[in-house]
Amino acid sequence: MYRYDEFDERFVRERVAQFRGQVERRLDGSLSEDEFKPLRLKNGLYLQLHAYMLRIAVPYGTLNSRQLRMLAHIAETYDKGYGHFTTRQNLQFNWPKLKDVPDILGLLADVEMHCIQTSGNCIRNVTSDQFAGVAKDEVEDPRPTAELIRQWSSLHPEFVWLPRKFKIAVTGAEHDRAAIKVHDIGLKLKRNDQGEVGYEVIVGGGLGRTPMIGKVVREFLPKDELLAYLEAVMRVYNSEGRRDNKFKARVKILVHETGEEEFRARVEEEYAKLDGPTINAPEEEVERIAAYFAAPTYEDLPETSQVLEQARAIDPELDRFVAQNSFEHKQPGYIALTIALKEIGAVPGDMSADQMRAFADIAEKYSFDEFRVTHSQNLVLPHVRKDDLPAVHAALKAAGLASANAGLITDIIACPGLDYCALATAKSIPIAQAIAKTFADQERQKAIGELPIKISGCINACGHHHVGAIGILGLEKGGRENYQITVGGDATEHASLGERLGPGIDAEDVPAAIEAIVETYLAEKTGEESFIETVRRTGAEPFKAGFAAFIESRTAQHEAAE
Amino acid sequence: MTLITEAGAVEDRFTRADTIEAALAVEGPVLIPLAIADEFATARPDTEFGVSLPGSAPIEDVKPHLAKASLVAVEFPAFADGRGFSLVKKIVREGFSGTLRASGPLIADEFADALACGFTEVELPETMANRQPVQQWMAAKDTMSEHYQSGYGRGPSILQKRLAARKGA
Ligand code: HEM
Ligand code: SF4
Repeated sequence: MYRYDEFDERFVRERVAQFRGQVERRLDGSLSEDEFKPLRLKNGLYLQLHAYMLRIAVPYGTLNSRQLRMLAHIAETYDKGYGHFTTRQNLQFNWPKLKDVPDILGLLADVEMHCIQTSGNCIRNVTSDQFAGVAKDEVEDPRPTAELIRQWSSLHPEFVWLPRKFKIAVTGAEHDRAAIKVHDIGLKLKRNDQGEVGYEVIVGGGLGRTPMIGKVVREFLPKDELLAYLEAVMRVYNSEGRRDNKFKARVKILVHETGEEEFRARVEEEYAKLDGPTINAPEEEVERIAAYFAAPTYEDLPETSQVLEQARAIDPELDRFVAQNSFEHKQPGYIALTIALKEIGAVPGDMSADQMRAFADIAEKYSFDEFRVTHSQNLVLPHVRKDDLPAVHAALKAAGLASANAGLITDIIACPGLDYCALATAKSIPIAQAIAKTFADQERQKAIGELPIKISGCINACGHHHVGAIGILGLEKGGRENYQITVGGDATEHASLGERLGPGIDAEDVPAAIEAIVETYLAEKTGEESFIETVRRTGAEPFKAGFAAFIESRTAQHEAAE
Repeated sequence: MTLITEAGAVEDRFTRADTIEAALAVEGPVLIPLAIADEFATARPDTEFGVSLPGSAPIEDVKPHLAKASLVAVEFPAFADGRGFSLVKKIVREGFSGTLRASGPLIADEFADALACGFTEVELPETMANRQPVQQWMAAKDTMSEHYQSGYGRGPSILQKRLAARKGA
C-alpha cells in the first residue's frame, strides 16, 4: 500500500497546523461562523444533532494495522469507544470535541492519515473497488489511479470552492463494485482495441434528491492524460455549475440541463485548450506510485487447501462463513474475506475499539498487514491463505466479527438517520436492526440469497436507497415517520434506480413489508436467479401487487384491532 | 477598500468609475466595468485603464479587452464562489500579463489559492480587512509550503520535485 514520502508527510503536518490556526482565528473572531464552516468541513468536521462529527479519510478504503490501532486509540481517548465506517469507505467519530480536533488530526498524521476534503464543496475522498489487486476480472489495479487523484485533488487551488461536493470513484474491473455510475465522475480502467490501457470517463451520476445515472463523456482516455482531462471537466463544472440553488448545484444537474452532447462538447473544447504535458503526472511519478501497490509476496500454493477442506467438513459454522464471505483471489491458495460489520441487532458499520485492535492483529498476521473498507460498510481482508482460514475464523469469532452474512438480506446499509443526523426526517439504524432480527435465521437468509437492502433517513440518500435491490427511504408525514419502499435499484455496471412499490408505511410495518416482498421474489424466481435478476426480468409489477396485498391485509388487521 | 499583494498592503493606483461620464472625469488610471471599456478606450486611447467583471463572465467576453487593459478585476460575490479562480486561469492562458485582481469579501485562507491560480492582488471591503488584517493574509499564504498540482503556483509541484530529485540522484 502507499506510503507517504517527505512531501506527503510535510503536507499533512502543515495542514494540521493550518487547521489549528483556523480554529484559533474562529475563537478570536477573525473568522465568522459562516466563514469557518466551510473550512472545518474541508477538514471533515460536521456539526450533527448532538455533537460534532469527524470524518476521517480512508483513501480508496485501504488501511493497515498501525492505522487501525491509532483509530482505536482515538476512539477510546476522544470518543465513546467506537467508530463508524461509512458508505464512502471512510470512518466517522460521532462525539469528538472541537478543541480536541487539532490533536486528533495530529495523531492521524502520525499514521499517514488525514481528514482532508472528507466534506465540503470540493473533491472528496476518492473511492474504489474493495477487491482492487485481488479480483480476477481486473484490467489494472485502480488504486494507483486513486492515489494519484488523492494527491492531485488535495487542496487544489482552483477547485476548493466548487458549487457543490464532488465525488470520484475508480474501478479496474469488469464487475463494478465501486458504484462508478452514481458518482460525479466515475473512471473505469479499460483496454482499447490496440491493447492500450486508458479510462472510460463517466460524469454526472449521483444520488441525493435527484438521483441520476452518469453519462459516458469519453469512451477512451489514454491513461497518461488523466489529470488534464479531469482539470477540463472540473473547470467546466466550476465555471458553469449552478450556484443559485444548492439542490441543483451538483454536476449531474449541469449535465442534465446542458444536455449530454453539449456538456461533452464543452469539456472537449476546454480540454483542447489545455497544455496537457504541463498538467499531467510525469510517467515516472505514476510508476513510483504504482510500485507501492505491487502484489505482496505470495507463497506458491495449490488452489485447494486440504487444511481448510477438512476443517470445513467438521465445522458447519466455519463452512457457512467461508461459503458466504469469501471472494475468489487471483492468486491460487488465497482468498479475500469480507468481514460484515453486521452482527444481527448491531449498528451497521460500527466497530468498537476492542474490535479494531483485535482486527488489526488479524490483518497483520494473516493478510500482509492490510485491509479494506467497503461501501457496504464492511471490511475486507484482501489476501488470506486458505490454510489460515480456520484460525482467522476463530480469531474473528472471538472478536465478534464472524457474521456469516456478507451480501445477504441482513447485510444492510443504513445511514446514521435520526439517531445522529441533523437533516434526518426518520430513523434508519433501528429499521435496519428490526429487519435483521426478522431475518436472523441463517437458513432463511441463505434461501433468500444475495439481497442488498439500503436505508436512508431522508432524501439526501446517504444510505444509497435508490440503488438498493430493496431501498427504504424514511420520511416524515403528519408528524410520524413514514417509509417508502423501492425495488430494483442497482449500483453495479447494470446501474439502475429503484422503483417505488406504493404508499409509504409505518416503521413497525417495515419488516413485514420486506417479508412480503421476499415472498414475491421466491414465488417469481426461476432457477438460480438472485433477487435483483428476478426484478430485472419481471419488472416491478408483481412486487407492486404483492405490496398492495400486504397493505390491504395490514389495514384490515389495524381496523380489526380498533 | 484594502489592496493586498504577496508583499503586503499597497496603495490602489486605480480609481473606480461605474459610468462613462464618471470614468472620463477621472485623473490617472481608472477601473471600469467591461461594458463601457470599448467606449472609454476610444475616447481616451492613451489613458491606462482596468476592466472589472464578475467571476461568471465567459472568457469570450473578456478576451477582446485584454490587449488594451492593464488590469483585470474579477469580482467575487462571496468568498465561497470559486468561479473567479477558473476565470483567472483562462485569462492567464490568453497571455494576459497585467495585474489580476480578485475583488470581494475573500478570506485570508484562500489567498494562496488566488495567487496560485494567477491573481496578483486581492481587493477587500474594509469590514473584511478589519477582521482579517494584512498580517493574517501574509501568514495564511505561507501555511502550506508545497502543492501537488502542476501548472499552479510559481514553484514546481510536488510531483515535479520528486521527478527532479530522482533525476538528480
Ligand atoms: C450525519 C451527518 C451527515 C450529513 C449532514 C449528510 C448530508 C448529506 C447531504 C446533504 C447529502 C446530499 C448531497 C447532495 O445531493 O448534493 C448527502 C449525500 C450523501 N451522503 Fe451524507 N450526510 C451525513 C452523513 C453521511 C454518512 C454517515 C454517510 C455514509 C454512511 C454519508 C454518505 C453520503 C453519500 C454516499 C451521499 C450520496 C452522494 C450522492 O448524492 O451522490 N453521509 N449527505
Ligand atoms: S440520508 Fe439524510 S438522514 Fe441519512 S445521514 Fe444523510 S442527511 Fe442524514
